[in-house]
Amino acid sequence: MCARAASQVPGNPEKRAGNGGSGNGPPSPERRRLATALLGTGLISTIVAFLYPVARYLMPVMQEESMTAVTAAKVSELKLNSGRIFKFGSRPGLLVRTSGGTWKAFLAVCPHLNCTVQYRSETQQIWCACHNGTFDLNGQVISGPPPKPLEEFEVNVRGDEVIVSRSRRA
Amino acid sequence: METSGALRRWFEERFDFAPLREFLDHKVVPVHSATPLYYLGGITLFLFFIQVSTGLLLLLYYRPTPDEAFESVKYITTRVPFGWLIRSIHSWSANLMVFTAFLHMFSTYFLRAYRKPRELTWMTGVVLLGLLLCFGFSGYLLPWNTLAFFATKVGTEVAGSMPGIGHYLLLVLRGGEEVTGATLTRFFAFHVAILPAALLVFLGLHLLLIQQLGMSMPLKVERELEQQGEKPRVLRFFPNFFLRELMAWYAGLAVLGVLAALYPWDLGTRADPFASAPAGIRPEWYFLAQFQTLKMIPGSVLGLNGELLGVFAFTAAGLFWFVVPLLDRPSRESRYSIVFPAIGVFAVAYLVTFSILGYVK
Repeated sequence: MCARAASQVPGNPEKRAGNGGSGNGPPSPERRRLATALLGTGLISTIVAFLYPVARYLMPVMQEESMTAVTAAKVSELKLNSGRIFKFGSRPGLLVRTSGGTWKAFLAVCPHLNCTVQYRSETQQIWCACHNGTFDLNGQVISGPPPKPLEEFEVNVRGDEVIVSRSRRA
Repeated sequence: METSGALRRWFEERFDFAPLREFLDHKVVPVHSATPLYYLGGITLFLFFIQVSTGLLLLLYYRPTPDEAFESVKYITTRVPFGWLIRSIHSWSANLMVFTAFLHMFSTYFLRAYRKPRELTWMTGVVLLGLLLCFGFSGYLLPWNTLAFFATKVGTEVAGSMPGIGHYLLLVLRGGEEVTGATLTRFFAFHVAILPAALLVFLGLHLLLIQQLGMSMPLKVERELEQQGEKPRVLRFFPNFFLRELMAWYAGLAVLGVLAALYPWDLGTRADPFASAPAGIRPEWYFLAQFQTLKMIPGSVLGLNGELLGVFAFTAAGLFWFVVPLLDRPSRESRYSIVFPAIGVFAVAYLVTFSILGYVK
């Protein structure tokens, strides 16, 4: 903008003669080009110097996810063929007690578009209500748009407590 | 080159730029010894743009509750990349903006630029300065630190001592009898929504009036030119004056950058509503003169409440300042008089002296 604006004003900028400028007609094209280049470089440097801190500032500070294990429920709280959502750090987890009595746990976040999934006892499958994705009890996709399986957690029962931890396989 | 030409044509077929171009081609700025003073309004406007952009950035992390406000500002200054710089620029720029606004106002006053037909430009300008002070006052509380907490207590108490509407005003400002979380919520709303909306209206009017009436010339220069029968020397606004103004903005930016980087704005300690006020409590520098005056007025003057008298005097002075173009008849008739410049000198002397007294005492 500066370069264009400057080129519109050859020579003395004031309407009445006799103040400032070279006083010897319009400056040469080389000088004009040099001035334009200097102004342009200054302007671009300033913009970059401003945008860089702003871009860095906009990026949120990432919190380290230190969560490794959590007590998801008490054994007595879940009947056979049922599931419940529990907190795994800042994200939801899904704990399932199958009809055979085995414990299963997954990250309850659908890999399609981040909705929270749920256990359906009538089909004995995990279901995402947002786009009708279904998963089996190993977290594998059965139908619908999810592109990959659910992340599975490791489950250990200690006394009455069901402990869920990040699977070593994952 | 061809692409930009085609692009320009595309827009010109859809929007008539001719009146704007015509306007810019004819807009001129008078050239005389006081021309550099014309930059002051522009610099204030530039600092306002800085305030808006840094303010928007701070909004992304700031949380306006008593439990989280101080912590969130601390988080911005210690954890967020360049957060300290953004906050420091916001605080320094706010102070510089008030300073340049004062300079702009006094230069306008002493050049008697408010005389006919520019009375409304002056009046909208006085309102704008008042709004800037309100911005400063409301923004001061937002980090919820000890200094700000007590300054807000004192400031709202002063507003509360106004005759008649005082108590109502105090309740409206504080959102209750005391300065609490409700006050913080209100001040946040004033600072980021209500004041910006009001400022936008008055800034729009102020700029519109300036465009319509053009720049004023000092009375002395105008009379000299009249006597010599000469036409005033002028500079085209666009691009000549505009580019010079841009350089002034650049200089302002350099000053701001140096101050913000070398002297990061302090956060202080978290406000505790049940702690005693620490020694050395004082408001921002632009309220120091009033603060010092109220401190020096005795509790009772001729049987009248001293504080009330002080507040009444400030209100009267503010009103006088607002209507000064209507009172200054000599300058309206292009005559020179000593009275109004003398009042201006007195106002500057009072503000400077009492601010210094407020700072050192």
